[in-house]
Amino acid sequence: MNKLKQAWRNNWVGYLFLSPWLIGVLTLSAIPMLASLYLSFTSYDMFTPPKFIGLDNYATMFQDAKWRDSLRVTSMYVFLGVPLQLIFALAIALFLNRGISGLRFYRAIYYVPSLFGGSVAIALLWRQLFGSKGLVNSFLTTLGFETKNWIASPDTALYTLIVLMIWQFGSPMVIFLAGLKQVPIELYEASKIDGASKWKQFSRVTLPLITPVVFFNLVMQIIGAFQAFTSAYIISGGSGGPLNSTLFYTLYLYQKGFTHFQMGYASAMAWFLLLFIACATAILFLTSKKWVYYQE
Amino acid sequence: MKKDTVYEVRTYSSTSISKLSKKLLKHVLIVTIGLGMLYPLLWLFSSSFKPNTEIFQSNSFFPQTFTLDNYKQGWSGLSGVTFGKFFANSFFIVAMCIIGNVIACSMAAFAFARLKFALRKMWFAIMLITMMLPFHVTIIPQYIIFNSLELVNTYVPLILPKFLAVESFFIFLIVQFIRSIPGELDEAVKIDGCGPFKLYIYLIMPLALPALVTTTIFTFIWTWNDFFGQLLYISEINLYTVALGLRMFLDAMGQNSWGALFAMSILSLVPLFAIFIFFQRYLIEGIATGGLKG
Repeated sequence: MNKLKQAWRNNWVGYLFLSPWLIGVLTLSAIPMLASLYLSFTSYDMFTPPKFIGLDNYATMFQDAKWRDSLRVTSMYVFLGVPLQLIFALAIALFLNRGISGLRFYRAIYYVPSLFGGSVAIALLWRQLFGSKGLVNSFLTTLGFETKNWIASPDTALYTLIVLMIWQFGSPMVIFLAGLKQVPIELYEASKIDGASKWKQFSRVTLPLITPVVFFNLVMQIIGAFQAFTSAYIISGGSGGPLNSTLFYTLYLYQKGFTHFQMGYASAMAWFLLLFIACATAILFLTSKKWVYYQE
Repeated sequence: MKKDTVYEVRTYSSTSISKLSKKLLKHVLIVTIGLGMLYPLLWLFSSSFKPNTEIFQSNSFFPQTFTLDNYKQGWSGLSGVTFGKFFANSFFIVAMCIIGNVIACSMAAFAFARLKFALRKMWFAIMLITMMLPFHVTIIPQYIIFNSLELVNTYVPLILPKFLAVESFFIFLIVQFIRSIPGELDEAVKIDGCGPFKLYIYLIMPLALPALVTTTIFTFIWTWNDFFGQLLYISEINLYTVALGLRMFLDAMGQNSWGALFAMSILSLVPLFAIFIFFQRYLIEGIATGGLKG
């Protein structure tokens, strides 16, 4: 009896401390998730009650050329941009890693773009940098190259956004640096005695030992990149243009849901994205057994 | 034997010179790359002090005619609302979000790390899953809920979720930290007759201060840089934040007043820069240990 009372009391206290989160997870995560799943099978404009239409939204979606564009653009951004960003982050981290004085200072400097990068101000700056009269073009002119309006051309607009993502390599770099610190220095000494070249040292010692960090960065950056919005919205003026070339998935979802008020369709888009990201992450986790090396 | 030693000394000194020049080369390279990366920011800063005509005409980095007009013009804002108002709004939202996150996330973290209750493991797993969830699947129903409660065009949709610990990254961060606090301290406090509430307020919270500071800093950065949520919920100009104000500037002024836009962009980055200067250690540690996105 006494024990039971104790357990009840502990439950009571535990749930009391948990209650803000619990209310939040129910009202702002779980219920909305189920609601958007239901809405994805309806036609709903917020003014008239939702009308059940089965899988029509999904069928329309797969036929929608603009939706396919947004998926293609986002996939390019994620699967080209993230690896490039991580390669850059790792290269700089390796460069900064051992025996360099002023590491803290350099690390801080390289981190600054990461801190600012998500802001509207930087997106505005980027729009100017790659514009027809922008800084990039004035550099190219002095070097004698041809100039173009990088933002207004459908061939290059997306790449300006990818460059913006790579520019923010600071936070994965910091994580890489933390990982590199864990690699025991004796291993380098041992491989040096064995006469291993720098490249061999990197590919046989460093890289295998930091694969868990690579994996972590890859998962986090991919999930984050799928949700990118601000840069594309500001640089394209909210349109995702030119010719849908910067139409990020989130931007198209925003247009559908909140400017056209096709909330059923937007919900279907959201659920497709959830499954898409889940698949991408699952594939990463499954293949990770092959290439991620965990000590112990 | 003696010859050998001399030889050794000589090679040592010549390698040390080549080592030194290698080191120097490394530093030069790092600084060059760093400058190249920061150049756009420096250019933005210097351009904000140039007259509009000079920004795109001259190639010189430093302003030929130094002016504060951009700042004056920018600060006066649009439609009678100054940028000062936008800053005040942003700071208010940030402050409320910080309070919400620190209280709600630390409470949940305390429960997960120190209390025993039914289904704790299940809730913890759910918490981890919500960390990975893309916001798209919840945003539409959330909007419908807030709209039906007539809370669109208020700050409630931006602030309330923090008081309900929706940013579970921070819960995870604080849980990790609390777990590193020795349990013997809890026992000592319990023997003194303190209940869980006193344990939370007088022991765990003060000891978890570094994690709370990290939470504060990242809440500041994320909220300050947030654009999607503010764009979604705020359409009345009096309630505009700095991010929305900048976007409105861009739409309203177009090509002919880049100077004012640059000036306000620089101002909008100042709070972030201040955090960077004063809390660098927490920032770097937050990223390195918690994997928080900078």
